[in-house]
Amino acid sequence: MMKSPLMKFLNRNPSVLIFLLILSVFTILITIGSEAFGFGFISTSLVKILGKTLCFCLVAISMDLVWGYCGILSLGHFAFFGLGGYMIGMWLMYERTRLIVLEAGKNAELPMTVQEIQNSIGSQIFGVVGGSEFPIIWTFSNFLWVQLLLIVFIPGLLALIFGWLAFRSRVTGVYLSILTQAMTLALALYLFQNDSGLRGNNGLSGLQNLPGLEDISQSVISMWFFWGSALALGLGYLFVKLIVESKLGNVIRGIRDNEQRMRFLGYNVEIYKLFIFTFTAIIAAIAGALYYPQAGIINPAELAPIASIYLAVWVAIGGRGRIYGAVIGAGVVSLLSSWLTGGQAPNISLGFIELKWVDWWLVLLGISFVLVTLYAPKGIGGLFDKLTKGARK
Amino acid sequence: MRSPHSLMDIKIMHRVLRLFVIIILFTTTAKAQPIFQDLVQSHALNIIKGSVKTAPKVIESIQRFGGKPTNKFLLEWQSKNLWSRRSDGLIFLVKSNDKKKYTLFDLETYDIVGIVKKNEIKQIKPNSGVRGLIGTALVSSQLTSNILANRIASLESLTRNPKRTHLEPLRKAILKESDPKVRSKMERLERLLTMQYDTDTVKRIAAIKSFSNDLGLDVRARLNPILETTLHLSQTPPKAGSYARILDINKTDRLTRTEAYDMIVKQGWATANISPKMKRTAIIKHIKNGRVAGFDIKDLNLETNRNLAYSRLTDSGLVSKDVNDTQIQLALNKTFFYEQYIEPSTQVVITAKNSLASIKTKVSISQGIDLFLDGLSLASIFFLAAIGLAITFGVMGVINMAHGEFIMMGAYTGYLIQQYITNYTLSIIIAIPIAFAVTFTAGVLMERLIIRHLYHRPLETLLATFGVSIALQQLAKNIFGTQARPLTSPDWLGGAWAINDVISISWIRVAIFGLSILFFVMLWFTLNKTRLGLETRAVTQNPRMAASMGINPDKINMLTFGLGSGIAGIAGIAIGLFAKVTSELGSDYIVQSFMTVVVGGVGNIWGTLAGAAMIGFLQKSIEWFNPSNTLAAQTFMIIFIIVFIQFRPRGIIALRGRAAGD
Amino acid sequence: MKKILLASALSIVATTSAIADIKVGILHSLSGTMAISETTLKDTMLMLIEQQNAKGGINGEKLVPVVVDPASDWPLFAEKARELLSVEDVDVIFGNWTSVSRKSVLPVIEELNGLLFYPVQYEGEESSKNVFYTGAAPNQQAIPATDYYLEELGVEKFALLGTDYVYPRTTNKILEQYLKDKGISKDDIFVNYTPFGHSDWSKIVSDVVALGADGKKVGVISTINGDANIGFYKELAAAGISADDIPVVAFSVGEEELAGLDTTNLVGHLAAWNYFQSAEGAINANFIETWKTTMGKDRVTNDPMEAHYIGFNMWVNAVKDAGTTDVDAVRAEMYGQKFPNLTGGIAEMLPNHHLTKPVLIGEIQDNGQFDIISQTSEVAGDAWTDFLASSAILKSDWKDLGCGMYNTETKSCVQLKSNY
Repeated sequence: MMKSPLMKFLNRNPSVLIFLLILSVFTILITIGSEAFGFGFISTSLVKILGKTLCFCLVAISMDLVWGYCGILSLGHFAFFGLGGYMIGMWLMYERTRLIVLEAGKNAELPMTVQEIQNSIGSQIFGVVGGSEFPIIWTFSNFLWVQLLLIVFIPGLLALIFGWLAFRSRVTGVYLSILTQAMTLALALYLFQNDSGLRGNNGLSGLQNLPGLEDISQSVISMWFFWGSALALGLGYLFVKLIVESKLGNVIRGIRDNEQRMRFLGYNVEIYKLFIFTFTAIIAAIAGALYYPQAGIINPAELAPIASIYLAVWVAIGGRGRIYGAVIGAGVVSLLSSWLTGGQAPNISLGFIELKWVDWWLVLLGISFVLVTLYAPKGIGGLFDKLTKGARK
Repeated sequence: MRSPHSLMDIKIMHRVLRLFVIIILFTTTAKAQPIFQDLVQSHALNIIKGSVKTAPKVIESIQRFGGKPTNKFLLEWQSKNLWSRRSDGLIFLVKSNDKKKYTLFDLETYDIVGIVKKNEIKQIKPNSGVRGLIGTALVSSQLTSNILANRIASLESLTRNPKRTHLEPLRKAILKESDPKVRSKMERLERLLTMQYDTDTVKRIAAIKSFSNDLGLDVRARLNPILETTLHLSQTPPKAGSYARILDINKTDRLTRTEAYDMIVKQGWATANISPKMKRTAIIKHIKNGRVAGFDIKDLNLETNRNLAYSRLTDSGLVSKDVNDTQIQLALNKTFFYEQYIEPSTQVVITAKNSLASIKTKVSISQGIDLFLDGLSLASIFFLAAIGLAITFGVMGVINMAHGEFIMMGAYTGYLIQQYITNYTLSIIIAIPIAFAVTFTAGVLMERLIIRHLYHRPLETLLATFGVSIALQQLAKNIFGTQARPLTSPDWLGGAWAINDVISISWIRVAIFGLSILFFVMLWFTLNKTRLGLETRAVTQNPRMAASMGINPDKINMLTFGLGSGIAGIAGIAIGLFAKVTSELGSDYIVQSFMTVVVGGVGNIWGTLAGAAMIGFLQKSIEWFNPSNTLAAQTFMIIFIIVFIQFRPRGIIALRGRAAGD
Repeated sequence: MKKILLASALSIVATTSAIADIKVGILHSLSGTMAISETTLKDTMLMLIEQQNAKGGINGEKLVPVVVDPASDWPLFAEKARELLSVEDVDVIFGNWTSVSRKSVLPVIEELNGLLFYPVQYEGEESSKNVFYTGAAPNQQAIPATDYYLEELGVEKFALLGTDYVYPRTTNKILEQYLKDKGISKDDIFVNYTPFGHSDWSKIVSDVVALGADGKKVGVISTINGDANIGFYKELAAAGISADDIPVVAFSVGEEELAGLDTTNLVGHLAAWNYFQSAEGAINANFIETWKTTMGKDRVTNDPMEAHYIGFNMWVNAVKDAGTTDVDAVRAEMYGQKFPNLTGGIAEMLPNHHLTKPVLIGEIQDNGQFDIISQTSEVAGDAWTDFLASSAILKSDWKDLGCGMYNTETKSCVQLKSNY
């Protein structure tokens, strides 16, 4: 029997199948437990948390590709994540408001003119920032398909321009890291302005309500997004693995280990880096577009440099250069983080002092991060490797 | 528990006291006491609930009473020393030494009327508007007071709120004034008032001319009102010389086209413009059986149909006629909008104009200098925040994300020391070396425990030090809380150095500037002229070679890193003094600090200086272009830096050759 | 069919377990940038609940606080609100500080028909069926303070300085229009926005001073938020600007914020609130004493604390009156609820979900407290401002009209859910 290239690939990399299997089982379990489609012992808010975590895992994969495999420590990938959220948020917000306005217009004595509808939507959306005019960037917000394309296009373009500028002038190493950090800071500061056209510090809110689907309960919608996120994660894993295992993967690993050597070997290092940088930015943007409708609100604080740094933390703790490591890191750290700071975790009493997780979690995270970097540079994934190797022996 | 015996004592004391008070009351009430008190009580409501609207009447009425108690009463009212007794609403002068017992004094005789507890009386708190009015009312008497402080206070309140009527008392007061400083101030004020209020045009012109070189804000505040204009419109061209200027309605920013047209309509020279909203209301009014002017209402969702419907309504005379754009333009073209000076004397206007013009040029120059000083100050703050990094990152190549937290540690050290040493000057002097010691130790510890193991893995250093950063930041929150802590500068750093009314810079900023210069010189000297500096440079450029020359690279690295961190601690005190001490203090500066070093060029402190200067001045100039939005300035600055790095990836001052490394 | 049965069975289990106690959700940030302000409110709520339990709870049931930490992270507010309502089954939520966090929570609260008490002064232009706004609307703080400037201090030129976010933006927009209506020309209104935590104030302060060049009296209206105030006031003090020359009235600076400052050089500058710790009266003295004995003697009380105090007590009374914690029943009982203010007078809950509140203006003293120099009688809170044309026609009345956004021109309800 002829095997397709994909089958061959899967045969060579059983880990992909294992991952997809685990992901599917997980998805089915959650579905069975959900309020909407199952027994209901998993609350909608937990479904949302898990769905969001899947999105984090996806963006962590992209971070692993750009950092773990290509050696570019980007401290700005959450900028793309956030931009993706903004792009989908614009449509969600516009369309929801339009339906509200049309509904309200039904009672009016005169049918509304196009201009009146537009003005009304404008003052509803931009009323909070003291405006009512639609900025140019909202031109396409009434077309879902355009905004969907923009999710890929805008962050991709930003990554392309930024990457082109940076790699062309051979900015590398920590300089590049600082520069990417500056990029996300500039973007966040820009969005913080009220005049940015994206509602300043308020950001876009009410994103969990899908326009036209008000009658469908959040428990159902949250499952849709959960499935969407799981699917995206699965596909993302597959794609990234395909890249990593291809010749391209070898080249970028070569660049990571010694850029100069690859250049002497005749590879156009800049183009490779640019491709990976842009590609991962797009994955991050897609993850963001799936994340924010589940979170319900996006605002500039999401793009602050610290978010991107946490992304690096997840990948480092999970283990760089192994895609499942990124998934584990993002999943474990972000879930642990939200549980321990949620106030539900029991406090530890040391007799003379009561340790509150809310207060001490970040301290522990910081210290463990130092320890991982110093003593376990391969992260949790490294432990896995040791175990599996041990098993093979 | 209180014993019955002591309770007795108190009762007896009370009785004696009451007797005493009654005696005093009897001896004094026979005289004028009730009359003044009655007068005050008749205004009690307006005194207790003081407002600018009612206060002039009260003050006038009280001043008309005349005599000794009036001024004293007004002064005490002004300084919130009057209280009203809750039981009968009588107003007294009240003093208290210990905030437990309050002594009531009579308003005229100043005899003790009683001693009460706080809950028996209510303080009368005039707002600052009323206090200002009292101050102005007292000017003529206080200006010639025997007490210097009173004269100064009264002059101050006069400067704030001068009236035409004050000119004469002021001139009299100048003749009597003995203190030369106060006298010169009075004379200046006299000229200012002459400029505005004197009836003699010649005197006014002379006064205006005398100020043509003066940058004072008060001068401009008096000159500008002379040139104030009112807006007029006419259909014939205004007579030459009767107007200040004719406005071009298409260009002026004094009024918009719509406002201008509304003015024409108000004059009755044109009919009103009907807005789409008004049309909508009018159409709705005339709906009959779902139809208006031949339109089915469902078709009125188009702007054109609505306009058509409205004009049909106009034709049938149901609504007033609309005007179109050309008609509006025509009406605007036909009308002259012009400004007229309020000031009747043309000569005064011309002199004032000339004086103001000459002042304006000087003001713009001063503003330029002020902007330069602001930029310099911001640059020195950036430099101070980044100089530690210039050593650890710039010279050693170690990227320390916890640098900001070292700055924060320095600031908190300053705060802690102020908790124990309350003399601000002394506490700062002590805090500086201690802050250095604390962060030096922290730096050395970090170098030994973490960075030493990661010298060949710079990206990992970044991550590990970031871990330290979040841990330290959270630790600070746990210890000091999230509330900002006070770090107060000593009084001699409190004010501002004001060269004139435009150029001024706070002393603390001057001190920060001085400190950054000092650091720069010290570091330059250390790195270039001392053994440590030589060894540092050697170790940075080639650790193995340096080691073979007998230098201990471990020790040198540790000391250099400690030095960089220690300087961050001192910077923390300076930054805390002018801004705030919170756990996020460091992270506010970290990205900017790195950019300062990167933009300036890694490897020498000249670069950091250049980087800080560029960033500081750039940010201030962008702010100058767009003063209403500081955020935009920061955004554009970062974008500029990103682009700048593309063209000079090694920074402004790039090292050449081997020292540049890679 | 099976699913429905199962779901209802589960919901029965859920409700029976909830009957035992009354659960009060507390949704205030305990970490992150807003912890500085919000932690105090969490402590206030715990104190109030404890007091109520000491009195025997409500209708014989004990109150159980459920505290969560949304960590100053706006999306997390929505997540935690959902958790409180659907997992913890709380009967009421007291929470939020920033407007963004409120807007983040709104859709969740409305979807799950929860009940939120929001204790902070805000920009108005909102009225949700499920939120009671116990803080001041603009007409209960900003407008009276501006009137004070115009009438008492004779200010002719205004500098509106604010942090760049929704509350200052909307408030300043309302104020700008209000000032124009009062005859202040647009050239005499200077507006400036700075980012959160801004520290470089020298240029802005000198710009404000320069406004006085045309001889008009300048006043500053500050909506600067949080610790940016520290740098601002330090620069103000350094520039030697006395309150008599250029007064500054702040809407976001209370006793808590002044604790980070040496106020000797700021004496006389103003703040407008509905409550000051220095308000005289037995109820306030009692409240302060309880607070200090619970939390420590150097802790201060502030305006949002009073808002929670009133809101909580009104809710308790409404639950008593309704005999249940059911949201719709309690809401019906809330309208017209009266409770004494800490500063004197009576607060009343209006059908537009806002309170009647007295407006106080205080001058900063050298001990970090405020000297109250003006106190109005109670002002009714207005959800939709009268000073913007588009809002003036809107009215909120949940009691009789059943609508939070009722257009009085077209006589129709614009929308039932809020605009978030």
